[in-house]
Parts: sequence; C-alpha cells; structure tokens
Amino acid sequence: MMIDWNNFTPWTALAGGALIGISASLFILLNGRIAGITGIIGGLFRPVMHDAGWRVAFTLGLIIAPVIWLLFGQLPEIKIDAGYGLLIIAGLIVGYGARYGSGCTSGHGVCGISRLSPRSIIATLAFMGTGFLTVFIVRHILGA
Amino acid sequence: MKRRFGNTAALFFALLSGIIFGLGLILAGMADPAKVLAFLDLAGLWDPSLGLVMGGAIAVGLVAFKIAGKRSSSFLGLPMNLPTSRIIDKRLVIGGMVFGIGWGLVGICPAPAFVLLGAGSIKGIVFLIAMLIGMGLFELLESKRK
Repeated sequence: MMIDWNNFTPWTALAGGALIGISASLFILLNGRIAGITGIIGGLFRPVMHDAGWRVAFTLGLIIAPVIWLLFGQLPEIKIDAGYGLLIIAGLIVGYGARYGSGCTSGHGVCGISRLSPRSIIATLAFMGTGFLTVFIVRHILGA
Repeated sequence: MKRRFGNTAALFFALLSGIIFGLGLILAGMADPAKVLAFLDLAGLWDPSLGLVMGGAIAVGLVAFKIAGKRSSSFLGLPMNLPTSRIIDKRLVIGGMVFGIGWGLVGICPAPAFVLLGAGSIKGIVFLIAMLIGMGLFELLESKRK
C-alpha cells in the first residue's frame, strides 16, 4: 500500500468529520432523528407524508451548504470522471441498494457506528467491502 | 398544516443540521467524488482521508448517541426515534453490498449527491436523479411484495 501524501488531507478530513458528527449529534439530541440521508429521503416516498417537513428541511440544508460556502470562498475541486451512462447506472444501484440495506454512509456509517449498532457495523463492512472491491476491479483488473 | 410540518424549532434545527452536515462534507473533501474513489483505491495511490472523516464524525457521535440512548425524548421534547431493529439479515448485507458497488463505480453516496446539486454539478444532478429513481423503484417493488 502506497499512501498518497500529496492529496492526503488529515486535518480538514478530521475537522469536516467533526462537523458531520456535530450535525448528527444536534439532529438526534434536538430532533430525535437519525441523520441518515437514505432514510430521510426514503420517508418522502411514502403515501402518508405526515412528517415531510423535517425531512425536506434537512435535505434543503445539504443542498444550500455549498451556496453558503460560496459566500466565504471558493468551493474545493469537484472532479467526476465517470460518464453519464455510468453515473445513471451507479445512481440507480446506489438508490436501490441503500434503501434495500436500510441505510448508507451517513445512517449506518456515521450514526449507526456511533450508536455501536452491530447491524450498522455489518452494513458498513458490506458497502465498504464492495466499494473497495469495485474500485479494484475497475482500476486494476479492467484497467479503466 | 401545523401538525403536518411540525414545530418551527424542529424545522429550523433540521435545516441547520443539514447545512452543517453539508459544510462538513465539503470541508472534508467528500463532496469530491475523485477524493472518495482515492480512498476506495487501496491498490493505487491511497488517500486515507475518508477514514479520518468517519473517525472524526464517530468520535463526536459516540458522545451524543450515548446521551440520546438514555433519553426518551429529545431536548426539544420530540420523541427519540432511535432504530430498534437488531436483525442482521440477508437484506441488510445484500443491500449494503449493492450500494457499495454503485458507490465504488463513481464515488458518490446519497448525502454528497445533494451537495453536488447545490454546487451546480450537472454530472452530480444526473446521478442524483438516477439515485432517486432507484429509491422509487425500491418503494414500488416493496409495495408489490406485500
């Protein structure tokens, strides 16, 4: 294993992670809800939307975050190498899989592990595992 | 109408939590799919940043969820909606594995997809729309299963 020291950003990673942790903490302690995007969005697909407000509000917060960031400076680089076809396929897989497994990086990965939930630890190992494997196959076997 | 949308404080803090979450993702570099893929590429030039993002978030979250676990209602007086399921089944593992494949293909997971929308990334928006269709497809197939 070779660490990419030029692009490794430990301090902003830790600080950004802490902000994500603060967000999840505020959300559970004040709203009594899990900051898991898959679950938050999933609830909006239900026929009875008695609790749409907070779901929309949290999602709106995610969407306007880069706009708020832009008030103070430039956004960091966003680089997406994938083409549109692959983005559509991956999007469908991510949406379906995350709902089927009841959560994604935020719900299982951050909140679930913070709760020391065995379920979330297993789910996180599952998606991290296939995430690593997929990149390995794509980059080092298929050579894309 | 009031009941449907909950009280104003709850909405405000939901919005604030979303904003802080999004800012955290941007600061951590996790709104950049290339940086996420650099973490998932163990055999290439490896960027461990994502691991520290998770570590930082969990370190803070551990304290909050410890407190939350001892309470039956939130500090705003709302019910504490902590997940109760402890079942580790095929759905959990397969769903996670499927999600991981999509994540590994492009480096985008659900939360950053919404940040990419706000950042005006066309590719991010295309992914987001497909992801929402994927979630809708799940609901459709689930409703047929029952």
